[in-house]
Amino acid sequence: MPIERHACLSDVQIWGDHFHFVIEAPEMGRAARPGQFVMVKVADGGFPLLRRPLGIHNANEAGLELFFKIAGQGTEILSRKKRGDRIDLIGPLGKGFTVPAEAKGKTAYLVGGGRGIAPLYFLARELQEAGLRPLVLYGGRCLTDIPLRERFEAAGIDVLCSTDDGSFGFAGLVTELAAIEIGREKPAMIYACGPDPMMKALAAVAAESGVPSEFSLESVMGCGVGACWGCVHRVKNEAGDGWVKICEEGPVFPGERILWR
Amino acid sequence: MAVTPRTVDLGVDLGFLKLRNPVLTASGTFGYGLEFEPYLDLARLGGIVVKGLYYGPREGNPPPRLVETASGLINAIGLQGVGVEAFARKALPKLRKIDTAVIVNVCGADDDEYARVVEFLDRQEGIDAYELNISCPNVKKEGACPALSPRTTYDLVKRIKAQSRRPVITKLSPNVTSIVEIAQAAEEAGADAVALVNTFLAMAVDLETRRPKLGNVYGGLSGPAIKPIALRMVHQVASRLKVPVIGMGGIMIGTDALEFLIAGAAAVEVGTASFVDPDAAVRIVAGIERWCLDHMVAAVREVIGTLKTS
Repeated sequence: MPIERHACLSDVQIWGDHFHFVIEAPEMGRAARPGQFVMVKVADGGFPLLRRPLGIHNANEAGLELFFKIAGQGTEILSRKKRGDRIDLIGPLGKGFTVPAEAKGKTAYLVGGGRGIAPLYFLARELQEAGLRPLVLYGGRCLTDIPLRERFEAAGIDVLCSTDDGSFGFAGLVTELAAIEIGREKPAMIYACGPDPMMKALAAVAAESGVPSEFSLESVMGCGVGACWGCVHRVKNEAGDGWVKICEEGPVFPGERILWR
Repeated sequence: MAVTPRTVDLGVDLGFLKLRNPVLTASGTFGYGLEFEPYLDLARLGGIVVKGLYYGPREGNPPPRLVETASGLINAIGLQGVGVEAFARKALPKLRKIDTAVIVNVCGADDDEYARVVEFLDRQEGIDAYELNISCPNVKKEGACPALSPRTTYDLVKRIKAQSRRPVITKLSPNVTSIVEIAQAAEEAGADAVALVNTFLAMAVDLETRRPKLGNVYGGLSGPAIKPIALRMVHQVASRLKVPVIGMGGIMIGTDALEFLIAGAAAVEVGTASFVDPDAAVRIVAGIERWCLDHMVAAVREVIGTLKTS
């Protein structure tokens, strides 16, 4: 049963308005794939009413890890949870990233903007195990926006950072950094998660350089299980194009399928 | 001395359809039913009302389609869906095998399309009734729909009743001056039951961009926020109609459902709650059962319409 109503929040780490949760949920941990998400209940009693979709930051035999930034009322309430508290989750949900078999030994770029970095840690670990070299390009507005840098480095994952204000790493947008890096070494694959404008710009760079890409899309979700049809994005399909449910067909889509706004 | 009952008879009878228990899943909140198989035993539901079907596939509205408000949810999905043929080919054969009532929510851009959908579905097996969706606020400008006038309600229900081989439940809009008048028009036209309420036409504004938060500008409000108004409307309609009333609007737990039953609903539909907890409907069934046991009610139908107003 993919519902865990009383999972134990076994550890919490905080950087300003960014939060890292370690959750004991062995069944979900074993089932989870990089790029999948969980629907987290933030409050009982009807307000906020809906669960919040959060990308799985890491998973193993013991359970799941989540990484999120306070983005509104729901995540603010969620952030008040303490070590030992119970947490109500549904998941793992959706379709995650794919690792091309022929890419072994090659480099993959993982481009994360702000809180969009969350699922890329799990993916980077998976790529390492599959024999690829993940290079993480991690962008934020300023230094405090990129708190996970050291966590990637501690796992032996190369990270290049960018900040809009130049307070750390490359001064500029992470998509500009990605374009430079692609010019330097063309990767076997580009994966990305972040704000839509960032991913749209990156999709253009990927398409131009002929590198296959996958993007994890974000949306408000009503249910996360394909029932409400609330989280749609426009993609190409057999019939031309149309709205598809991010929760069910995604959240990860191949770059060439996505029609950006 | 009263003997505490060990079991509760949860069955209800709509006259044209007997239900295992009074809890149905509301259309548009439970997909085509099968999406929920990983989360609950569908056979434990009173029935499934599947997502509204137009004749052909339908595109739906541009996003954003959802916005959460205080204890509520405004949606403007626009009835995106697969159409009757894909439904009959892909979903219905599986639904047919599940031991629960299957009610198909029927939509149309005009009266002819409603008729074509029913004509097609009449040729399929495994459907117990139709729920005529004359009240979706998200498909025409400013929430226009047949349920806004007694005349259009009467004409459409009359036409569909004349051709349908199955019972017809008419789903009503709360966005009217007198829902009783509309319900009476549906009853006079031959509706076998009425279901109410659909969502309340609503909106939300993004202060930073000064734009509506929904792609469609307006949407339909559901969830706990609407429950007291829905309950009042169900009571008004149930007090005046002879045909059964199916009540809905913000039912989250068993006791919410019981309020509707006591106010006169013969059955209830659970909607937005299924988004929050995919197994909400069966938890509500369990909640009703528990309340009945605690209150020594041997059969849930005994509480229907028992509101004391004097």
